[in-house]
Amino acid sequence: MSASLFAAETSYAVASSPLTAIIVLPFIGALTVACIPRARAELHRLVALLFSVGTGAITIWLLAAFETGEAGYQFEVERNWIADFGISWHVGIDGISLFLVVMSGLLFPLAMIAVTPHHDQKPYYAWLLLLQGACIGVFCALDLFVFFVMFELVLVPMYFLIGGWGYAERVYAALKFFIFTMLGSAFMLVGIVSLAFLHRDGERDSNVERVAEVQAEGDAQIDEIIGGAQDLDPNDPADAGQIADLSAQIDAITADIDARIAELENPKLDFDLVAIAEAQHVTDDSTSGNPLDWSAARWIFLAFAIAFAVKVPLFPLHTWLPDAHTQAPTAGSVILAAVLLKLGTYGFIRFGLYLFPEATVWFAPGMVTLGVIGIIYGAIVAAMQKDLKRLVAYSSVAHLGFIVLGTFALTTQGIQGSVLQMVNHGISTGALFLLVGMIYERRHTREIAALKGLQKPAPIFAAVFTVVMMSSIGLPGLNGFAGEFLILVGSFLTRRWWTVAAAAGVILAALYLLWAYQRVFHGEPDEDNADFAEMSWREGAILAPLLGLIVFLGVYPKPVLERMEPSVSALVSHIEDHSDFVEPGVAAGDDATSDAASDATSDADDASDDAGSADDDAHEEGH
Amino acid sequence: MTPLLALVSQPVDEAVEALPRVDVAWSAIAPVLILVGGGLLLLVVGSLARREPLHGSYALATTVIAGGATATAVGLWDRVQDEARGPFSTLADSYGVDGFSTFATVVICAGVILGALSLDGWLRRERMETAEPYVLMLLSASGGVIMASANDLIVMFLGLEILSLAVYVMAAMHLRRSTSQEAGIKYLVLGAFSSAFFLYGIALVYGGTGSTNLVRIAELFATSVLSNNGLVLAGLALLLVGFGFKVALVPFHSWSPDVYQGAPSPSVVWMASGVKVAGFVGLIRVFHLGFSSFALDWQPLIYALAAITVLVGAVLAVVQTDVKRMMAYSSISHAGFILVAVQAATDEGVQAALFYLAAYTFMVGGTFAVIALVGRTGDIRHSLSDYRGLSKDRPVLALALVVFLLAQAGVPLTSGFFGKFYVISAAVDAGSTWLAVFAMVSTVISAFLYLRIIVAMYMETDADGDDAREVRRFPIPFTAGLGVAFAVAVTLVAGIFPSVLADPAGDATPVLVAELPAEAPEAASP
Repeated sequence: MSASLFAAETSYAVASSPLTAIIVLPFIGALTVACIPRARAELHRLVALLFSVGTGAITIWLLAAFETGEAGYQFEVERNWIADFGISWHVGIDGISLFLVVMSGLLFPLAMIAVTPHHDQKPYYAWLLLLQGACIGVFCALDLFVFFVMFELVLVPMYFLIGGWGYAERVYAALKFFIFTMLGSAFMLVGIVSLAFLHRDGERDSNVERVAEVQAEGDAQIDEIIGGAQDLDPNDPADAGQIADLSAQIDAITADIDARIAELENPKLDFDLVAIAEAQHVTDDSTSGNPLDWSAARWIFLAFAIAFAVKVPLFPLHTWLPDAHTQAPTAGSVILAAVLLKLGTYGFIRFGLYLFPEATVWFAPGMVTLGVIGIIYGAIVAAMQKDLKRLVAYSSVAHLGFIVLGTFALTTQGIQGSVLQMVNHGISTGALFLLVGMIYERRHTREIAALKGLQKPAPIFAAVFTVVMMSSIGLPGLNGFAGEFLILVGSFLTRRWWTVAAAAGVILAALYLLWAYQRVFHGEPDEDNADFAEMSWREGAILAPLLGLIVFLGVYPKPVLERMEPSVSALVSHIEDHSDFVEPGVAAGDDATSDAASDATSDADDASDDAGSADDDAHEEGH
Repeated sequence: MTPLLALVSQPVDEAVEALPRVDVAWSAIAPVLILVGGGLLLLVVGSLARREPLHGSYALATTVIAGGATATAVGLWDRVQDEARGPFSTLADSYGVDGFSTFATVVICAGVILGALSLDGWLRRERMETAEPYVLMLLSASGGVIMASANDLIVMFLGLEILSLAVYVMAAMHLRRSTSQEAGIKYLVLGAFSSAFFLYGIALVYGGTGSTNLVRIAELFATSVLSNNGLVLAGLALLLVGFGFKVALVPFHSWSPDVYQGAPSPSVVWMASGVKVAGFVGLIRVFHLGFSSFALDWQPLIYALAAITVLVGAVLAVVQTDVKRMMAYSSISHAGFILVAVQAATDEGVQAALFYLAAYTFMVGGTFAVIALVGRTGDIRHSLSDYRGLSKDRPVLALALVVFLLAQAGVPLTSGFFGKFYVISAAVDAGSTWLAVFAMVSTVISAFLYLRIIVAMYMETDADGDDAREVRRFPIPFTAGLGVAFAVAVTLVAGIFPSVLADPAGDATPVLVAELPAEAPEAASP
């Protein structure tokens, strides 16, 4: 594709890109921390923070330098890594990944500042830095192989963080986390490799015409030379030099043409996301529900989907999540909820929707159903929890269900809402885990029944908790509302009844969180809770940026939305171009809540069921 | 006895004709000569020396000898990679030198070096410091090199026997441990059994084709079709059984956990790395090269063996409590993975298998080197509980083991990941996508076992005080540390820049070349 070709030419000029820096800097930090001797313990934290904050600062600079209104990838870098396999260090961000990168840049330093480990500082910070680099790497990767490497690399530090610094059942939780996720990625690796090979075969087939063109082009050039040489006399020594010159030219042209044809007939393997997604060689237009009739695209989509569904986690692959979240140390839970789960939802958008538009449309009803089950199931199970941290963990299942619903609604609003909600969930749930961690530090228990009336001794703490909780519930004016509203609007256009069920989940969220709040903060504190310490300045300072973002994004999400809008609409039109899906409500303008939009819904439902109805020639649109 | 006699008589007849005009290309067999000559020299010096040798001098000598063999192999590599000269055969076409054999020679020598570095401290600790173990390893390695270069099934068999006999002794060399004796006997009996299969396979192939020479056999199948190939197929099956025993494929694997568990740990370093590499390159040479025209017949067999080997190895590894047994089963699973690449029957498959073997040598060799250290005096502490708190006692060693284990699990930025990646690519390219999926899922099962060891080292630290820890702290001899560091370095470097290994592996295509390369360098390549 033109974008990647351009990048390849200029790769050495922009080798020192900010994206490479924010991925590599934490890795260097991890190495540095690992090299500092154990005796200089005070340096570990300092150096780790330095690298983490530095990385975060660059991500914030990215936010400022990002050009609003551009749909394509920015800060793109492409360098050869493993040339034989067409694997390159290709990174870049667009409006969708930008905010996830910034969120990772922001939350890692906060999590580091917020919690000091009780033992073994050195490996703790080294693992956290490694995790930061890998997470940012996932969000920036534009090469399937680089993406997989980063996706898989995330496992190791998280595994050690849970297993090394977690609570009582940490070993079990860490193992479960590792094995579940690795099982998912095992399928994805085979999927990626198959995709690359099928793409190569497709490229070869599509080059057949080009071969004829190149051949004709060469023939024309040669004919021209021969035509111009008609008046030369081969027997005349005066013309001999010119004839030799011309025949050398013809030889050169022939050789060049042969080389180009050879290249076209044997295209190289390529793992480049953009090239594969834009070429769309791997598709599947069977209408059969029988998996044996499917061609590769749906199988490969499934292979990717399993990996992402484990990570999200989607019901019924979610069982690792409550264990991992509950047993992880506070910083681990924050990162796990805020960043790691987004690897799955981001993967769906970037690698599911973008690579396999057709398969996405085919599987969308199933994915949306799983998302809605997650919303309801997560909420109900959360309400039943006795452990505050477990409650927050299950609330993640519900929230992530919303994100999946919005993503597979396949509308601009839905996907925008999903991306916004990814950021929101990171902020709110990150803050909730921090707060629960603070409660645990004070009371050494997370059991809801053991906590009572904390509002009395710690009113500010309670107030902060209320704000964060309300944002998680989705109270208008706070960030959660903006995201959830967009998701519901977006999904109502294409999936009306699923949306109705999901909306019930919003009410359930209010139920379990408010009930938990009531049990923990209301009432008269008993003996154990009477001297619950008020929030300290340090804790307040850590939570302040998160609270600020909660309010800011709730009141004024426009800066975020306008940056992601072009990328999201480009993605949706990419899906429309390459499948029979038609986004409803766009023609009616942006006012998606109007009656016209709901009329369009039924049309869209019909359209998406009716194969080939809208498969027009609008394939020209590039990314 | 009759087929054997027929076998013996045939090469002699040929040799009588061939001898007058055939020169031995001494440079071609230089790696073997250096390994054998160096080994014998070391044996003589070791038995004549009156005084105790300087610490590490045998290991140093072995490293130098293996290094010399590597250097000559590299020289040969340059020669065969040279467009103008190319691969060649010598010794009446029975010994081929190509990229494949030289690459394998280098990997085998690396295994020798790892084994020697691990042996040094171990022998001193067990008060058995003699030259013999090193000598045996060098002789065994020469057998491996012969297998990698054999163009004749009889030569292959010779290599196999040279390789194996020395290893039987190495397995039994820990005199004070009965389990070591048991391992030696078990290995010997089952190994002899498999050799018999192998030999019978050769006899049948000879009966079917009239030659034991792979060049002749490949020529024969390139030009003619056998009306009745039952004999050849039966011979091939028996050859596969023989190789299957050697590289421990399910269902011919049952010896390997017992032998790995009982044998001295540094011997296992060599067994798990060099011996397995030799077995696999022999297998690839015979099947991929000599019988490539029978690929459609042996591919399904190897497909099935690969699938069952990855799975059974992984599942049985998980339920072990002895770390050496665990790693034995996990290396069975690795063998299955390499077989996945072999069954692709393509050049990419061979490249993937070679990369995997090279990466595997270092990560598994390194793993057993660490196990040899943790085993402590008597070489007995191999249960999972002996690894508890290793991260506290010996943090750097524990970290090295983590690198090896994660590499074996196929985590990115280690050579093991790229090994798996290349194998999967080769399999998918050859159309065996479901086998690839199956192998990857088995990897997840075996990941569980690697994590169990990591859990023991890092997450089950008991609350002992520093005193108890001081007691548990065991010494790490310099040589052993060097070997482990070397293996870690290769594992990580090849994991970040895989081209270091993948490019040579890609150039290391095996070819069968008839003699007289000067006139027709690629005349008889199939």
